[in-house]
Amino acid sequence: MPHLDAAYNLARWLSRSNPDAEDIVQEAMLRAYRFFGGYRGDTARAWLLAIVRNTCFTWMKDRRDSISSVPLEEDTDGAGEAALDAGSNDANPEVLLARLEDTRLLDGALENLPIEYREVLVLRELEDLSYREIAQIANIPIGTVMSRLSRARKLLSKRLAASGKELGYGL
Amino acid sequence: MDCDKARTLLPAYVDGELGISEALDMGAHLEHCVECSRQHAGDAMIHHGMRRRATYHAAPAHLATRVRKALPASRAAATQPRVRRWDWSHAGAAFATIAALAWSISLYLGIPDATERLGQEAVSAHMRSLVGDRAIDVASSDRHTVKPWFNGKIDYAPDVLDLTAQGFPLVGGRLDYLADRRVAVLVYRHRQHLIDLFVWPSGDGAAGAPRDYSRNGYHAISWKRAGMNYLAVSDLDPVDLSQFQEVLHASVAN
Repeated sequence: MPHLDAAYNLARWLSRSNPDAEDIVQEAMLRAYRFFGGYRGDTARAWLLAIVRNTCFTWMKDRRDSISSVPLEEDTDGAGEAALDAGSNDANPEVLLARLEDTRLLDGALENLPIEYREVLVLRELEDLSYREIAQIANIPIGTVMSRLSRARKLLSKRLAASGKELGYGL
Repeated sequence: MDCDKARTLLPAYVDGELGISEALDMGAHLEHCVECSRQHAGDAMIHHGMRRRATYHAAPAHLATRVRKALPASRAAATQPRVRRWDWSHAGAAFATIAALAWSISLYLGIPDATERLGQEAVSAHMRSLVGDRAIDVASSDRHTVKPWFNGKIDYAPDVLDLTAQGFPLVGGRLDYLADRRVAVLVYRHRQHLIDLFVWPSGDGAAGAPRDYSRNGYHAISWKRAGMNYLAVSDLDPVDLSQFQEVLHASVAN
């Protein structure tokens, strides 16, 4: 199963839970097998990841409906985005560079991004997919892939700068 | 290029998604515009930083076994709902007949040449191997393990090269069926993409220029060298695939 790692990586980053990611991957693989007859275009990996993504969203929606205390989106980023639109990337480059070297900080900041930003970043940077493939997987226009990646990167650098401060690193 | 346009296209520039002329314009703009180039530096840092340090969650070892165990049951389940939808199957059958007829006519009108047929066959073999569970029969990055594995399974010994240093680590090998015979397939990896390299004797010593073939986002390149046919298939983009071919050639020459 050559694309199992890709499937698990995406499911793990979207669901943020190891056991959930395993269940999601298993279900997605079963769907992929069942519907293979209907499969026509493009790469197997992108196709499988689209199924993983949809399975993930259904899974999380079902959970949210049954356990209403688990929000799908973080409520906190309204403020973050407003700040983003006003200014932009003003983190100190040296500080940012240092924080980026810290896997724990970086993973933490990425994990706390709103899911639509986390998704495009994981597909682009970790799976090395093209805009066209990301557009197919996330079911959005290519222009939206571009603008989401832009906001995702700016938001991530903001949060990285902030995460260091909380830990007492100072700027 | 003005700042507005530059800001919009900045992510595509960082991700190498711009065309040559736009990328050149962007490069020229960044040289002169301090603010845009600061934005660019920030985006590029995140881009490289994530690739270098963010965790790639590889599937735990037991997951493949778990999924495999679940598979046959799901196939049985998939055939059950058909009973309820039998009336659609008539329409389906009629459609299938028409499609088959149309397809055979189109086949008759456009019989593909040998290269194209081989390309199709190889892409299908590659796809089958990815979707099924048989991309690799012998999983090893050690060429001294992979090469002897073919002993006795085929009547020739393919050259197995280690291209890890060139960015194409060997992942393993398998047997497949192509051009009416059993052939050795060497599986290499480049970033997250797998490359199948089919190798079989060509029957003559002539060298042949590379021919390529694309379908459904897959690309194949075939060539002949020193009495062997080579055919590489992958979902890598054609540029990277030709790079693989060049790297392989350079290594054979050594």
